[in-house]
Amino acid sequence: MAGTADRVDPIHQFHIVDLFQIGQIGGMKFAFTNSALFMLIAVALSFLLLYAGSAPRALVPGRFQSVAEEFYSFVHNLVRQVLGEEGKAFFPFIFCLFAFVLFTNFLGLIPYFFTVTSQLVITGTLALFIILMVLVVGLAKHGLKFFGLFVPHGVPIFLLPFISLIEIISFLARPVSLSLRLFGNMLAGHIVLKVFAGFIVSLAGLGFGGWIGAIGPLFMTVAITALEFLVAALQAFVFAVLACVYLKDALHPHH
Amino acid sequence: MDAEAAKMIGAGIACIGMGGAGIGVGTIFGNFLSGALRNPSAAQGQFTNALIGAALAEGLGIFSLVVALLLLFVV
Repeated sequence: MAGTADRVDPIHQFHIVDLFQIGQIGGMKFAFTNSALFMLIAVALSFLLLYAGSAPRALVPGRFQSVAEEFYSFVHNLVRQVLGEEGKAFFPFIFCLFAFVLFTNFLGLIPYFFTVTSQLVITGTLALFIILMVLVVGLAKHGLKFFGLFVPHGVPIFLLPFISLIEIISFLARPVSLSLRLFGNMLAGHIVLKVFAGFIVSLAGLGFGGWIGAIGPLFMTVAITALEFLVAALQAFVFAVLACVYLKDALHPHH
Repeated sequence: MDAEAAKMIGAGIACIGMGGAGIGVGTIFGNFLSGALRNPSAAQGQFTNALIGAALAEGLGIFSLVVALLLLFVV
């Protein structure tokens, strides 16, 4: 499926390039890639926004400060709404997740920038981290009673093995669906953008009639870019909400 | 049949599953909207739930997309 030179290759944007090599670990190359670079940029940007926003500490917030305050209180309200008062301990974790996913998603929308969250390795690591945290918190807080999560109340005894099996499978599918949702959304959105942009290029190559025909895909590209902004924010939000919902199971296994 | 052609057809068939996700997300937001128009004061509190439901429904459609991508680029 390697795109030829005259065709737009929609997959090329996801290639990971080594920027410089740091060394070798056990025969494996250990390099600073463009993925790592954009992760650092995202972290630096979110740090800068919050640091510059909280620096003035004005009673009447300025523009920067109100953005930072909104950002903070949005996630704070979300965590309080889903996890309740005892979920305060998880607020820094959820906030970091949300900020990281949001900034990497938005960075990826800038042309020629790399979308970190379109790599399954990144989203898979985040999802695995969340689910391990759920297990650790649940087992630490409730001990073996945590497995009551798989035994719902009020189920007839002869149905219980099947229900438990389904509950266990759905629990194990959570990290898979959590990581694939973010990865798939970002990947699919960026592929669609590139495919429509490719239509413009190939139509414009046909001459004057093609130029007029290329107006259609151009409008589509603009519209899809707007949709992708929505999707980028929505997926970061959904990722954070689902992390909260899964953590709620760890705090209250009896539902 | 050529294996390469079979891969392409398989990827195309796998993507039909995305239509199911479209139906699911449409049902969720349609029902949310019809509920919200009946009782607008309660709508704000349930918007997060609607988004979670849409995300869960969409995630299943994404699985079929991933299967299609696996057929195209990995198998």
